[in-house]
Amino acid sequence: MNPETMHSLQELLPQIQGYIYPNEIEIHWGLLIVVYPYITGVVAGAFILASLVKVFNVKEVQPLYRLSLLTALAYLLVAPMALVSHLGHAERFYEILLTPQTSSAMAMFGFVYAWYLMAVLLLEIWFVHRTDMIDMAERNTGATRLLYRALSLFSKDKGERAVAFDHKALKVITIVGIPSAFLLHGYVGFIFGSIKANPWWSSVLIPIVFLFSAIVSGIALVVLLYLIITPLTGGKINMKCVDKAVDFLFYAVIVDFSLEMVDFIHRVYQSEEEIKILSEMVMNKLFASLIIVQVLLGMLVPLLLISLTKIFKKRFSLNEDMRKMVYFISVILIQFGIFATRWNVVIGGQMFSKSFRGLTTYKMEFGGIEGLFYAILLLALPIIILAVLLKILPPWKELREEGEAGAEAAGI
Amino acid sequence: MNGRRTFLRGFLSVLLSGGAIGGILRILPSRADAREAPPKGKKWYGFGVSVDKCIGCARCMDACKNENNVPKEPFFVRTWVERYITRKNGQTTVKAIAPGDEATPETVSDKTILRSFFVPKLCNQCASPACVQVCPVGATFQTEDGVVLVNEKTCIGCRYCIQACPYGARYLHPKTHTADKCTFCYHRISKGQLPACVEVCPTQARIFGDLNAAASPMSRFLRMNKIHTLKPGLNTEPKVFYANLDGEVR
Ligand code: SF4
Ligand code: SF4
Repeated sequence: MNPETMHSLQELLPQIQGYIYPNEIEIHWGLLIVVYPYITGVVAGAFILASLVKVFNVKEVQPLYRLSLLTALAYLLVAPMALVSHLGHAERFYEILLTPQTSSAMAMFGFVYAWYLMAVLLLEIWFVHRTDMIDMAERNTGATRLLYRALSLFSKDKGERAVAFDHKALKVITIVGIPSAFLLHGYVGFIFGSIKANPWWSSVLIPIVFLFSAIVSGIALVVLLYLIITPLTGGKINMKCVDKAVDFLFYAVIVDFSLEMVDFIHRVYQSEEEIKILSEMVMNKLFASLIIVQVLLGMLVPLLLISLTKIFKKRFSLNEDMRKMVYFISVILIQFGIFATRWNVVIGGQMFSKSFRGLTTYKMEFGGIEGLFYAILLLALPIIILAVLLKILPPWKELREEGEAGAEAAGI
Repeated sequence: MNGRRTFLRGFLSVLLSGGAIGGILRILPSRADAREAPPKGKKWYGFGVSVDKCIGCARCMDACKNENNVPKEPFFVRTWVERYITRKNGQTTVKAIAPGDEATPETVSDKTILRSFFVPKLCNQCASPACVQVCPVGATFQTEDGVVLVNEKTCIGCRYCIQACPYGARYLHPKTHTADKCTFCYHRISKGQLPACVEVCPTQARIFGDLNAAASPMSRFLRMNKIHTLKPGLNTEPKVFYANLDGEVR
C-alpha cells in the first residue's frame, strides 16, 4: 500500500465540510481526466474550423486550413494517453478494445477514436497533402525521399484526374467529418452527462455544451498558433483571415455562454434536492475556477474585448497591431477559460457528496502520474508533435496566402 | 447557385451529426427494463436492515474488513454505519461512526436533540445496477443470483463504476488498483453461510436471505415491516431493504 496516498488522504480529512460517504474522500478522476476532454475538445474544434473552409466555403480562413488539420491530429494523438495513463491497470487497456461492454459509454471510446483518426483525420490530411508529398519525394533524395514516398503510400499520379479525385474525396471526408467531430466530443460529454447518480453531470445539455466549448477552444487555439507561428517563420499575418476566424469564435462563445446560462438558470429555477450543496460548492470550492476564470475571464472579458473591435470598427480597422493585440489576449483568455470549464465539470462533479450533505477537496499533486508535471507534459506534447508535423508537411505556402485570391490560385 | 449548394451541404451535415449523437443514445441499452418480481425458481439474494435495531457498535464494519481484506484505513469501506442526529430546529447532522468510537452518551442529556438513530449502509446489490451498465470491460457484473461482483483480474481501474454508483458503495482498492465493494460475502453465501456482518450483528439489525424463499428471516422481515429503499427515484432497484427508514437518510 502506498503510504503517501494514505498520508494525503489523511490530510484531506480536516478539510471535509459536512458529511460525505466514507469512500468519497478520494477524488478518483483527477487532473488527467481534466486534460482529456480539453484535448479532445481542441481536436473537434480545430477540425470544425478546417471544415469552414471546405464545407461552408469560408474562403477567408483558407490560410488556417492545413494548420487546423495538423493541430487536430497532433492533439488527437495525445488524447488517449491521458485516458490510458490514469487507469489503475493501464496494461489492461486493450480489454476495452477486445471485450467492450456495449452498454458502457466509455467502452465506445476505442471505436469513436479509431473512426475519427482513421476514417476522417488521417484520410483528409493524406488527400490534402498527397500531391505535395509526391513533389517532396521528387525533390529530395535518400532517406527523405523514401519517407515521403512512404507517406504518400507510393502514389505518383499527379495527373488532372487524380487531383480532381483528391478534391472530391476531400469534400466527402469533410462532410462525414463534421458529424464525426461532433460525435467525438459530444460523446465525451455523454460520458459525464449519462451518470444519473451525479446531478452536476447528469444533464442532456452537457454533450452540447461540450461541443460548443470544443469549437470555441479549437478555433481559439488555431488562431493563437497562427498568430505565433506566422511571424516566427517570417510570414505576414493575414488580418482578413484572423478577423473572420475571430468572428466565428465570437459567435461560438456567445452560443456556448448562452447554453451554459440556460443550464444554470434551469438548475436554479428547478431547485431540486441537490441545489443547496451545489451552490455551496460553487460559492466555496469553485468560485475562482468557475465564476472568475471560466465565466468572467474566459467568456465575458473576451466577448467584451472582441465586441470593442466590432463597435469601434473604424478605429480598430486602422490599427492592425491593436486588433492583433486584442485578439491575442482574447484567445489566450479563452484557452484558460475552457481549461477551467473542463476542470469545473470533472473535479467539481466529485467534490460534493452524493449524500448531498458535504464537500470534499481536491489536492493536486505535483509529481506522479496524476500530478501537475505529467499533465503539463501532456499539454505540451501536442505542440511538439505539431512542430514535427509542420516540419514534415509544411503549410507555409498556405499560411501566407493572401486570403481569397490566394485560395483560388491554389485551386482549392 | 454554388453558395446555396454548399449551404445545403453544411446544413445537412449539421443535421447528420445531431442524428449521430442521438444514435449513440439509442444504441446504448438503457437497462431500464425493471425486474418487478424476482425471477422464480432461482435464488435471488437480498438484504434487510432494521434501522431501529442498530445500536451503532460497528462490529459489522470490523467483521467486514477482516473477512474481506478491506484496507484498515477509514477511506475504504464495504459497509459503514451512519449516525443521524436531528435537532429540534430541524437541522440534521450525519457522521460515519468508526469502530472503537465511544458510544456517545450526550444524546440523553442534550435537550436540543429531537431524534437520533444509526443507519447501516452497504452496496445495495441493485437489480438494475448503474455500475454494471457503465463498466467498459464488463469486469463488474451481476451473478445469476443477483449479486453484483467485480472481477479483479479484468478490471482496468478506470473508476467509472465508482462515479456511477449513487450510494458511494465502491472504492479503488489501493493494493490491487481495481474497484472493490461489498459482495454479500459471496464466498460465504455460496457455501450456505451468512455474510460476516449479518453473523456478528448483536441485535440482528442485519438480515440476509433469498428473496424467493417462502419462509425465512428475510421474507418475514419483508412481510412484517414497512419497507423503503435508498434513492428509489434513480431506478437502480436496490435489494437492500430498510425497515423504518427516516426520510433524512440518503
Ligand atoms: S449500490 Fe452501487 S455498487 Fe452496489 S450494485 Fe448498486 S450501483 Fe452497483
Ligand atoms: S474500475 Fe473496473 S469494475 Fe469499475 S468500471 Fe472500471 S473496469 Fe469496470
